[in-house]
Amino acid sequence: MIASDGDAMDEQAIRDVIFRTLRAIAPEIDPAALVPDQPLRDQVDLDSMDWLNFLVGLHQALKVDIPESDYQKLYTLDHLMAYLRDRLSSRA
Amino acid sequence: MHEFKLPSLGADMDEGTLLEWRVRPGDVVKRGQVVAVVDTTKAAIDVECWEDGTVDRLLVEPGTTIPVGAVIALLRAPGETAEQAAQWQAAHPVAAPPPAPAAPRAPVATVRERGPLPEERARRRVSPAARRHAEAKGIDIETVAGTGPQGAVTVEDVERVAAAATGAAVPDRAAEMRRTIAAAMARSKRDIPHYYLATEIPLAAATRWLAAMNERRPVTERLLMAVLFIKATARALVKFPELNGFYRDGRFEPSPAVHVGVAISLRQGGLIAPALLDVNTKPPDQLMHELADLVKRARALSLRSSEFSLPTVTVTNLGDQGVESVYGVIYPPQVALIGFGKMTERAWVEDGSIQITPVVTASLSADHRASDGHRGGLFLNELKALLQQPEKL
Repeated sequence: MIASDGDAMDEQAIRDVIFRTLRAIAPEIDPAALVPDQPLRDQVDLDSMDWLNFLVGLHQALKVDIPESDYQKLYTLDHLMAYLRDRLSSRA
Repeated sequence: MHEFKLPSLGADMDEGTLLEWRVRPGDVVKRGQVVAVVDTTKAAIDVECWEDGTVDRLLVEPGTTIPVGAVIALLRAPGETAEQAAQWQAAHPVAAPPPAPAAPRAPVATVRERGPLPEERARRRVSPAARRHAEAKGIDIETVAGTGPQGAVTVEDVERVAAAATGAAVPDRAAEMRRTIAAAMARSKRDIPHYYLATEIPLAAATRWLAAMNERRPVTERLLMAVLFIKATARALVKFPELNGFYRDGRFEPSPAVHVGVAISLRQGGLIAPALLDVNTKPPDQLMHELADLVKRARALSLRSSEFSLPTVTVTNLGDQGVESVYGVIYPPQVALIGFGKMTERAWVEDGSIQITPVVTASLSADHRASDGHRGGLFLNELKALLQQPEKL
């Protein structure tokens, strides 16, 4: 598993967690085909239940609880990366 | 002695293939326990037993295809001894159900290249059972040659064509599921005189209430708007029993319980609508957990027989990625389907002023044999009123 408490995670490790969590919900996706600055949920076809499960998965892997009021900051893969990097480093 | 039969697996599934037994002779079983796993074109289904007792005999081997309603095991009632069971069986010989033909047989029927001429079509005789059977098997009844009295198409004729077809092609799960859905929906469109209504429902109060609830909760405990839709639908149905139940054998049977079939789309394509049980009596938190579990198991194609046999109504929610309105096809023998589209922000006039308000279009597809548009409209208004007081759901 991922070492998260206190350790600063590098970019690639965060990306791996995101893709692994996405694939658990949408096994058919090809992470390499995702466009990082386009809306993520349109590309992966995540409904509200899928999206919630995705966030639960991130929470379990990274111990980051994303408040509902922050959902709008997570529009694209780039946004999500920046958000998680921020949250993880502010904790370190 | 209790004869345990393969329960109904929903309108579009009339047989299943036994994958495995979960019990052995001599095992004590409790009401609600999963005793077998049966494969259908849609999913592997855990078959529950609704009697307490002890397994006396298993009558079917794994790998056998069995029709719904066939006796597949014998259970001794609590207190009944093996000797009493043996006496009962001596008096009531129980034959194992004949396996549904799976092995290809020599095709006897000729499959027509073209459909019959119009006048020929008018005179064709097709038994209702054969028509149902053909639909279940995904066979166009017009292509089946009849060998019954006066050239009538019988169940056997359909079986021959089906056997020939399975011999010719390896079954493809996606194609089978598509056929199963098509058969149920074609039956719905043929038999059910649908009427359709829709109304816009403002969701300012529901959105505020959800945001306030979810703000305090960890991500694992959050509620979705879909849960409020499902709960409000169930509460409204209690006041409109003519929309909740089954139309069978020429008459409508209202259901005292509200078991809501939830339409769940599968990522590999296809759709299933297993039930959340007794929705009107459960708080939203519990429904949320049950819905999350149901979606997860549906996607993994692991569901229970009661979830297929019991839904008294269906809710379809195209969610926040879809379109604004949906007019569904009723899943027989149910008599109504309630649809929710995508929530959108609109300029909404209330109390003489314009506000930006989240709005959803709720629709009702209902069966005219069981209800009329006037009552259907009152139902949608009740649904709208319930969603204005989310804290009471």
